[in-house]
This record gives sequence, structure tokens and C-alpha cells, in this order.
Amino acid sequence: MVEWSLIIYCGIITFFSRYLMIAILKKEMFTDRIREVLSFVPSAIFPAIIFPAIFLDNTGDLLLEANPKIFAAIIAILVGLITKNVIATIFSGLISYWFLIFIIFN
Amino acid sequence: MSNRFKIFFKGVTDVSPLMIPVVPFGIIFGVLAIDLGLSPLTTMAMSIIIFGGASQIVFLQLFSAGASSLVILSSVGAVNSRHLLYGAVLSEHMSDFNMTWKIIISYFLVDQAFAVTNPYLKKSNDKDKVFHSFGAGATCWTVWQTTTLIGIFLGSIIPEKLGLSFAVPLTFLALLVDDFRKLINVIVIIASGLIATIGYEVIPFKAYVIVAAVSGLLLAMIITKFKGSNNG
Repeated sequence: MVEWSLIIYCGIITFFSRYLMIAILKKEMFTDRIREVLSFVPSAIFPAIIFPAIFLDNTGDLLLEANPKIFAAIIAILVGLITKNVIATIFSGLISYWFLIFIIFN
Repeated sequence: MSNRFKIFFKGVTDVSPLMIPVVPFGIIFGVLAIDLGLSPLTTMAMSIIIFGGASQIVFLQLFSAGASSLVILSSVGAVNSRHLLYGAVLSEHMSDFNMTWKIIISYFLVDQAFAVTNPYLKKSNDKDKVFHSFGAGATCWTVWQTTTLIGIFLGSIIPEKLGLSFAVPLTFLALLVDDFRKLINVIVIIASGLIATIGYEVIPFKAYVIVAAVSGLLLAMIITKFKGSNNG
């Protein structure tokens, strides 16, 4: 059972991060240096979700051999680099994953 | 057709192409939440109360891993910190909006709405320009709630062996695609990913997301500083 209060607090945090950006923060508060560093936030945080979901199995153990997720992720990255298309990236990864688990590794 | 409605409608049409990737994202969120044992009501409430795809997915991942409330909250905060960057560009264009509009737009302003609202506000002098942000935001909201609902229905139908949870890393991977071409970003991506993977079992309280993110950002600070002083 998810705590309702936790959902509400996460909602408040998300709301205030947006409220800060449109109502309180001003351009002058950001030096070029701060802006440069903040531009790395997605690169710093999203891999923390991506990597464990690819390299770890359900129990949290490292799975490097015969791991279809690694191959599928590499294909998705290549498709992403070539097409720069979000949908193509997601679906090329999913389709190659299904191909691997249902046909090759089956 | 009134001027306000025209501007609202322009917001809707401007943001619509950006809704295409949001459709699978919303469905995946709904399916995953049901898979993890959340009730349809809780799942829907998350999309309405939090209304932020990345925040909701991070919430789900950490919640299912048994993380504490504090860790979930700080990780969601870290995910949202990317919004601070937008503040640097957006607030000056919104200074004439009244408080009520600022609150409404704050709730609606997801990344896709920001992407179209910022260039519009930059060049528009219309007194009703807030309706553009409202139209874009309301479109994102409707698409997100609808796709969450579709996901909730599909969640009970889609077999677990399809491994749809793999769509989560793929979705975040897709969000990073533009950064794969930049060397410093690639270094930060690999460092953060390795720390999270190794730290998953080692770092207490499932704080691996926040530890990896902070380390990655510190590394970015160090590299860019070194690079900057090199050039100067």
C-alpha cells in the first residue's frame, strides 16, 4: 500500500520545482557557470535509473553474461544516435529485447 | 473565435507533435504501476497529484525496491532539479502573469509544455499570452491522464513475461539521446551509471539514485572547471 502522504509530498516537490522556475528564479541569479553545471543534471541522474535496470537481475545481482538487456540497450543507443528519435529509440530496444528473449535465448 | 481561445488553441497545436513520445511513456507508467501491485486509484492519483513522468517512474522504482520515504522524496527532488535551469529563461517572460496563473501554469508545465511555451513567450507581446502556456499544459495533462488510464487497463492484460519493465531504462535512454554525442556528458553518464549499479546493493537505504546523481554532477563540475581553465 503506497502512502498517500508520500504521493502528496512528491506532488508538492514537483509543483514547487516548477513554481520556482516560473515565479521566483530570475535570470540574474544564474551565472553561466551554474547554468553550465545544471545542464548536466539529466546526464547525472537518468543513468542511475538506466544502468541498474539493465545490468542487474531481479535480485540485484550483476548479470553480465547472456543478458539480452545489454544487447537491446546497445541497439537502442545506436538507433538513438542515428535517428535522434525518441520513439524509434524505445521501440528498437523493446523489439530487439523481445526478439532476443523469445527467439534467441528461448 | 475569441483571441484567448485562438491563443489557447495555438498552444494545443504547438505541443501536439511532442505528445507522440509521451503516449508510450504514460502507458508504460500505468502498466508498471499495476504490475507492482498499486491499485488503479493510487496509480491515477499519482498521475494527477505528481503529474511528472520522470518523478513518477523514479517513485515507482524506489518504492518497489523498498526505499524509505526520505530517499524517495530526495530522489524525486533531484529529478526535478533540472527544472531550475528552466527558471533562468522562463521567469522573465512570465513576470506579468498574476499569482493564480503562475500557480496553474506551474502545475501544468512539464518539459514538453516548456519546450513550446518558452519560444512563444519570447516573441509574443499579446496580453493574453498566458493562454498559450495554458493550452500547451492542458494538452500534456490530458494526454498523460488518458495514457495512464490506458496503461491501467492494459496492466491487467499484458503478460508479465513480455518484460515491459525494460521500457523504463529505454525511455530514460531515449531522453538522453542528444547527450550521447558530447564527450563530457558521456563520461558523466558512465560514471553515474556505474556508481548506481555498484551502489545498488552497497549504498544503504536504496540511496543509490541520489548518490550517483550527486557524484555525476560533482564530476561534471570538476571536468568543466578543468576544461574552462585550460581554455583560459
